[in-house]
Amino acid sequence: MIERTPKLDLFCHALLIAGIAAICLPLYYAVVAATHTLDDVLLVPMPLLPGTELITNLKAALAKGDLGRQLVNSLIVSIGVTTGKIAVSILSAFAITYFRFPFRMTAFWLIFATLMLPIEVRIVPTYAVAAHPLQPLGWLLEETGLRGLVERLSGWDVEAVVKWSLLDSYAGLILPLTASATATFLFRQLFLTIPEELLEAAKIDGASPMRFLVDVLWPMSRTNVVALSVILFVFGWNQYLWPLLITTDASMATAVIGLAKQMPGAAEAVPKWNVLMASSLLITLPPVLVVIVLQRWFVKGLVDSEK
Amino acid sequence: MIKRVNFAKHKPLAFLLLAPQMLILTMFVFWPAAQALVQAFMVSDPFGVRSTFVWFDNFKEILSSPEYFNSIYRTAIFSTGTTVSAVFFGLLFAVLVDRVARGKTAYKLLVIWPYAVAPVVAGVLWLFLFHPLYGAIAFMLKQGFNVAWNPLLDGGDAMLLVIVAASWKQVSYNFVFFLAALQGIPRSLIEAAAIDGAGPVRRFVSIVLPLISPTTFFLLVINIVYAFFDTFGIIHALTQGGPGGATDILVYKVYADGFLGLDLGLSSAQSVILMIVVIGLTVVQFRYLERRVKYAD
Repeated sequence: MIERTPKLDLFCHALLIAGIAAICLPLYYAVVAATHTLDDVLLVPMPLLPGTELITNLKAALAKGDLGRQLVNSLIVSIGVTTGKIAVSILSAFAITYFRFPFRMTAFWLIFATLMLPIEVRIVPTYAVAAHPLQPLGWLLEETGLRGLVERLSGWDVEAVVKWSLLDSYAGLILPLTASATATFLFRQLFLTIPEELLEAAKIDGASPMRFLVDVLWPMSRTNVVALSVILFVFGWNQYLWPLLITTDASMATAVIGLAKQMPGAAEAVPKWNVLMASSLLITLPPVLVVIVLQRWFVKGLVDSEK
Repeated sequence: MIKRVNFAKHKPLAFLLLAPQMLILTMFVFWPAAQALVQAFMVSDPFGVRSTFVWFDNFKEILSSPEYFNSIYRTAIFSTGTTVSAVFFGLLFAVLVDRVARGKTAYKLLVIWPYAVAPVVAGVLWLFLFHPLYGAIAFMLKQGFNVAWNPLLDGGDAMLLVIVAASWKQVSYNFVFFLAALQGIPRSLIEAAAIDGAGPVRRFVSIVLPLISPTTFFLLVINIVYAFFDTFGIIHALTQGGPGGATDILVYKVYADGFLGLDLGLSSAQSVILMIVVIGLTVVQFRYLERRVKYAD
């Protein structure tokens, strides 16, 4: 402390508490609404303290619109996206920093370029690809006249193979989100700081590239992996646009999409706010818990992934 | 950059290691992006069977439509409002938390958690507070100030609601970066200024603010990107671009024209315009990053 300023300190605390009250207000109100019956929630003004109906409302929330199943879907998607992104990025960062091969820099710049092509700017064509990922292949076979030959050799029905679709599937929810320029850069930066002597030593010991990756690089990246996982888990859990497009079946939707589908339209008479708020709490709890419990890692991950 | 010591003899393995990332990128990023680029110059019939090449007609149409200009205008208001308030409050909280001696950890935790809330949930929570019939804040506004608040009917109210929800979520992000920047300022500088008789406010304006200006600039860019692209969920769930196009931001319009209006050519032309915006923002961000690296040396 540079100087004693008790009055200013008190003012800072007061301002902080007021600000935090404002930040937490929506959450508090959600809790209040989620613990009352609908009649109480619709009272004007609404009750100010939490009630006793939490369990009933949570049960109603889980029963409504397949939310239980959707929470499981969200968990699968966010864990899938997290592990997928980390695996794919570690492998490519390893290739780019430790191997000398043609088109190395091309690969690097291609990955870099994806930073400039977020899903939001290529919505419709990406959806078309996910609907029929093998369409170009079918077109190629058709145009080159190889279709008959391939069908005879493999015994596959090309028509059926080309019709294969990623809509309403976990693969469709996860795969398109698994490439990551940021994660690749993060691991590349990390690998560049690892002393050259480690690889020299590993080579003298006769380690293969994969052995070096698994036994030297992986253990050294562990803290970064944890930090990044926190960010990616939240990212995966809160995905909106992509799951909205690729799922039509309520049982394949993620929890966030399920909630959006329950939103009261302007025309609807009286939405069940208490149940809606109970759903919101259920959906918010997992990512918020992850961030709070792993706060230190979260801050590290956030700062690291923007370098 | 490449390691001096490397696996030069294992070229096939290198390609194999890159394959998963490249495959996904080609299939779900480059191929669709290329298609958007091609579609932007085509007009297809409603069934998507035939399409004809029309040069810049789609761009001409989009850039002469009043709806698109409305969308640009709304995006400007929305992203300015969101960025300014999120950066301001992020900085305010960071300065306060950096200053207080007691309760730092608890304060930090209570500011950080909204980062983990999904944009849609943020929207739902704020809508509930602001709802004209049931919302607590709407009720107070009506009782206390006689303001008839209705984001479902009034465009300005709706815009304010989405800005509040969007910036509420982003404050925690800015807070984390500002706090890191504040804690990186050498104590000796602050102490020297204090010895020269500068009070807390003077020290903040003349020393702290200039020293964290790189972080501020970086966050401004990041927040603009956030407001442009990551807020789709809030708009889609809360206002659907309405009422009367009052919250029809660019990203939402691409989606609405492409998926609900089924006009591929127009939607793709908008996609291409958005791509140019992202490329511009990314270039600005990286030029700044280069400079920051130089400062660090």
